[in-house]
Amino acid sequence: MSATRDKFGRPIVVVTGMGVATSLGAGKEDNWKKLTAGESGIRTITRFPIDGMKTTMAGTVDFVKVDPFSSTDLGEKLGEMVAEEAIAQAGIGAKGDFPGPLFLAVAPVEVEWPQRQALAKAAGANTDINYDTLLRTAGSGGFTEYHRRFLFGSVADSLADTFGTKGSPISLSTACASGATAIQLGVEAIRRGEADAALCVGTDGSVNPEALIRFSLLSALSTNNETPSKASRPFAKNREGFVMAEGAGALVLESLESAKARGAKILGIVAGCGELADNFHRTRSSPDGKPIIGCVKNGLIDAGMTVDQIDYINAHGTGTPENDKMEYLGISTVFGELTKTVPVSSNKSMVGHTLSAAGAVEAVFSLLTLEHQRIPPTINYDVPDPAIPFDVVPNTARDARVTAVMSNSFGFGGQNASLILTGEPV
Amino acid sequence: MAETRPVVSEPVEAWITGIGIVSSLGEGPDAHWDALNAKRVNVDETAFAPYVVHPLVPVSYDAQIPKKGDQRQMEAWQRIGTYAAGLALDSAGVKGNKDILSKMDMIVAAGGGERDLNVDSSILNSEAHGDATPGYLNEKLLNDLRPTLFLAQLSNLLAGNIAIVHGVTGSSRTFMGEEAAGVDAVRIALARIADGQSDIALVGAGHNGERKDMMLLYEFDNFNLRDKYSSVWDRKDKSGFALGSGGAFLVIESKAHAEARGAKPFARLKTVVADRAKRKDGGEVTASLDNLWGKVGAGDANTAIITGATGAEPATSEELSFLKKHADVPVRATGSSFGHAVETQFPLGIGLAALSLSRGALYATNDSTGTEIEMSKAPAQIVVIGTGHWRGEGMALVESI
Repeated sequence: MSATRDKFGRPIVVVTGMGVATSLGAGKEDNWKKLTAGESGIRTITRFPIDGMKTTMAGTVDFVKVDPFSSTDLGEKLGEMVAEEAIAQAGIGAKGDFPGPLFLAVAPVEVEWPQRQALAKAAGANTDINYDTLLRTAGSGGFTEYHRRFLFGSVADSLADTFGTKGSPISLSTACASGATAIQLGVEAIRRGEADAALCVGTDGSVNPEALIRFSLLSALSTNNETPSKASRPFAKNREGFVMAEGAGALVLESLESAKARGAKILGIVAGCGELADNFHRTRSSPDGKPIIGCVKNGLIDAGMTVDQIDYINAHGTGTPENDKMEYLGISTVFGELTKTVPVSSNKSMVGHTLSAAGAVEAVFSLLTLEHQRIPPTINYDVPDPAIPFDVVPNTARDARVTAVMSNSFGFGGQNASLILTGEPV
Repeated sequence: MAETRPVVSEPVEAWITGIGIVSSLGEGPDAHWDALNAKRVNVDETAFAPYVVHPLVPVSYDAQIPKKGDQRQMEAWQRIGTYAAGLALDSAGVKGNKDILSKMDMIVAAGGGERDLNVDSSILNSEAHGDATPGYLNEKLLNDLRPTLFLAQLSNLLAGNIAIVHGVTGSSRTFMGEEAAGVDAVRIALARIADGQSDIALVGAGHNGERKDMMLLYEFDNFNLRDKYSSVWDRKDKSGFALGSGGAFLVIESKAHAEARGAKPFARLKTVVADRAKRKDGGEVTASLDNLWGKVGAGDANTAIITGATGAEPATSEELSFLKKHADVPVRATGSSFGHAVETQFPLGIGLAALSLSRGALYATNDSTGTEIEMSKAPAQIVVIGTGHWRGEGMALVESI
């Protein structure tokens, strides 16, 4: 075993660049300051009329302007911002010439209401509007850009052009675990020796009326609209749903060998990735917790680590009654007695649930936890849930010795992914 | 993946041991083999006129999706995909084998989002006629959207449904991005097996071409074939593709894993490569395919090509320029026989290649332009090509065993 390979003989995969944007702001510095100060980015939605909505708040990114709005356009802009920040920090390649593939976690794409309305308008006010009318209008020309925009691969296509990533860019969705899966794909490509570097991005700009209503109809969202900053309450007894949010996270991954060779500063190691699918239900976890337990174990096995080596768990912690309960069941089963002492906090209490981006955003926050030796809190933790006796790092950040972080992501459709991030090779 | 695997020194050999196809031509290997050799094309020029589609044959979903409740939770694209996935698992002889399915990797290439066309139309009508207040869109969506429709729209829920219906739970990844997603799904599945990280994988896609909301996306740039069917090589005057409904899934596994359970291979999946030409200047697609041909490791002798060429321009003309450099290699275009099933086209091509190799013959031509030539001898290898209508180029090398 040489110094650039792990105990299984695989290339060690390191992080040399990070970028993040959330409702708290743009960039690592601003986000970290606010995250460790326990600030909330959740606010009442101003982007569109909220009349009649059951949920009227979200973690929108309002400092990036997109007009006319589409979630895909916002997702693309956020993805660009974080990729640029990550590549600049890594100092890798040349401008527009990133020496590796792109793995992009992105929300499913479809034509959105502003564009559908523009099309209907172009059809003429005296016309009966149906899909035949829309098709005729679409075919008359003048909307060519909508084809480029609303292809599923469009965001990856644009990022690949902007940053000059190599090969076929992969757009992926594992629902709310997507960001973690993007990182896992990058890790695997480097371990296989296909690439020396990979750009892994998760981005989501999904707060639009229909997306909000879709989640509302599944009764998944918090309706605590009066004080938005207090709405996201992971692990608290009075939690009642997640808060939709936007954001993006990016990592530049490299083989340790390649990073060392070019003298890059190493920000952390992706020591292990675990995944396991759940086939119990489309939106609910298996009541026995086995898929979550298996996923977390797979992450540890892949890293060649044991639970006593994990100093902090960056939880999925959405604040839905179901998720947090199942997450406790899964973690406590794997961690046993250590469950009482290992800190477990949820960034989503502050930035909300950034959906397709969450795994990437939270990986960045996990790496910043390693860098600063400080654990961001779970805010809005005023009423502990006796059924979930985690140390959630309640309401106030905490200095701590952190050498290894587990970051978990779980999603609709039985998606489970778990990342192990460390400061030094293990 | 329950254990961390040792690093392998040589790529692990991967076999295709299961093929599941349902399409406008039928379902299963025999029906497709017969239909292709009979040069049958199932095309509907009236139901979506002026757009041409290749409609799915009537399917008895109960055969692969026994619970009506499961069927109701899906829209057509998911039912088609879940059905084809079941066919593939049956074909590989692993259906219901919990031990194998719980370790089986799954990579699905997916689009998504079947919309409720009536709800959309009703909202747009009211707005167009000035009957809409600021909160109107919210009110209509809240009242009229079916809660379960969202789950039928999410891209990763085809994989989710396959896990629920068939019990494939080793892993679940969904790739998006039109034709390239189909290429990359197979590419990554093979890479994991070749590297010893995975023993067996289910990979594929499902597509419903009989959807006006999906036609709309392609109609923005006039990609839909209009009025009258012709083979993809015969669309000089009116380029474009006729969307096709269908699902194609493959079971790919390491030779050792297949042998240990006594599974018979259809063919060997040797290589999958992919790239993305920027397509800013003419000739970039041709150059990309030239480059991939070198990488995929094929020769011209005893070789055939099965391409997913769409009929869209300029991509198809550029692909023809590439094909002309291999003029002796017999070519088949799945787009002529099946229509364009987007994410599904590449896994479909690999399934047909594996089927042909296992039967020791390439199926009949289906083309009036002379681009396709008959092949009298048995192919030793088949190169599958996936050139995206807008982006992405991919190639696979499938070999006889």
